[in-house]
Amino acid sequence: MDTLLQSLVSGTLTGTLYAMIAVGLTVVFGVMRIINMAHGEMVMLGMFGAYWAHEAGIDPFVSLLLWMPAMFAFGMAVQRFLLARVIPSGELNTLLYTAGLSLLIANLALFFWNGDYRTISLDYGMTPARPFGISVSIPLAIAFGLAIALTSALYLFLARTDTGRAVRATAQNPDSAALMGVNVARIDMITFGLGTALAGAAGVLLAPSLYLYPTVGEILIVKCFVIAVLGGLGSIPGAIAGGVLRGVVESLGAVYVSVAYKDAIGFVLFLGVLLLRPAGLFGVGRTS
Amino acid sequence: MLSIRNLHAGYGKVEVLHGISIEVPKSKVVTLIGSNGAGKTTTMRAVSGMIAPASGDIRLGGRPVATLPPHRIARAGMAHSPEGRRVFATLSVTDNLRLGAFPRLTFGRARGDVEGDMERVFGLFPRLRERRNQLAGTLSGGEQQMLAMGRALMLCPDVLLLDEPSMGLAPRLVEEVFRIIAQLKSEGITMLLVEQFAAAALNVADYGYVLENGRISASGNAASLKNDPAVQAAYLGRGH
Repeated sequence: MDTLLQSLVSGTLTGTLYAMIAVGLTVVFGVMRIINMAHGEMVMLGMFGAYWAHEAGIDPFVSLLLWMPAMFAFGMAVQRFLLARVIPSGELNTLLYTAGLSLLIANLALFFWNGDYRTISLDYGMTPARPFGISVSIPLAIAFGLAIALTSALYLFLARTDTGRAVRATAQNPDSAALMGVNVARIDMITFGLGTALAGAAGVLLAPSLYLYPTVGEILIVKCFVIAVLGGLGSIPGAIAGGVLRGVVESLGAVYVSVAYKDAIGFVLFLGVLLLRPAGLFGVGRTS
Repeated sequence: MLSIRNLHAGYGKVEVLHGISIEVPKSKVVTLIGSNGAGKTTTMRAVSGMIAPASGDIRLGGRPVATLPPHRIARAGMAHSPEGRRVFATLSVTDNLRLGAFPRLTFGRARGDVEGDMERVFGLFPRLRERRNQLAGTLSGGEQQMLAMGRALMLCPDVLLLDEPSMGLAPRLVEEVFRIIAQLKSEGITMLLVEQFAAAALNVADYGYVLENGRISASGNAASLKNDPAVQAAYLGRGH
């Protein structure tokens, strides 16, 4: 029973961080119909940001205040100066372009920061907390709380603000949104900025709990792309449900089946869901 | 209020409009009639900036708008209720209406009383008030048409473009739509109306233009057009 509870808890904690990355991916896809292959590298940049902040004596979680706005601005610039020129040439070209961007960022990081595996060791990360006899890593618990707060903030922004409504309208039908006086190019910039900021923030939050190295984004993008598709590409609740589900299934699989098959079990879940619900758990369409 | 001079527009290399001119005076209703494929919807799309005109001049309250992108034209005061309604299906009715007022809520247009105007729209279309929290995609065709019109009104537009507001509606609802257009007219809203029901459109309008193969073939007072034998034969016979 304790083992079950333990793996449910740690699965939910990691799953929430997966969810946060997947939410960024799915929002960008929902609005711009772009699958951003460089999304994992945005997470990696956030991780290194936290690492350098820690080296400079700043707590990684505090460095969020710096890196989130910085990643938001970086995302807006990428959209404005790079992607906006490529998007009109078609979805396949854009996909290839972001894949190229992913390689470029990862290799620049390799060049400047070399390929060593690094870790951030925090004083409060040495001994886990033990509420109710369950072992919980404190940095992971903090990351979990902040991930929920940031994802909720994004959700409220989209649901309650006029700009958020304009983002959702653009996702639904860009031509009609423009008729409402919405500057679609600006909405695209804001959306890509938000997706990038969320990815970067997830990287900062994950940094104390994972090894970081320049190509860590590759693994994360595959996982989170699967989660976004599992939940229904374009759906935020879907990405959250998919992330937590995958975290829990992986963690249960590691305990009850085998650690070696942890990732495979995640993919079996993915294939199973898509067989039954091809549009994903919360699949959404778009009106033409 | 809206002045279109020698407008050429089309899609890619295919020109649909071969130099049309239309005047929509302030607080008047002007209708554009013509058969399918004559270029009515293309005219509307060019006026609201959804397609860029190849040449010609479009002025809204004296201000040239032909080269502006659609969101700037909307901010300048042009509301377009498009053919086929195009409501935001996964957004609620109130969210759709608030989006109609987007330039007033953000920047580019005087704010005024947005909440009051939403009440006004609910007064015009009581069905929308009943369904205010429903997703627009779950509304019936008639309700979606009312939402599209209400959404356009939320801009407090200087000119309202209504493209085929009666398309695909049951006869009872078509009557309802024309009753509302007449009411908007009595409130002094300037409208350019494209309609397949030419007779009903000419009844509500002050002026009419007949569009044939991308050219204006006749124009004048709505009453005199209605009595024009050529117009009667082509557009007001049975089935119209």
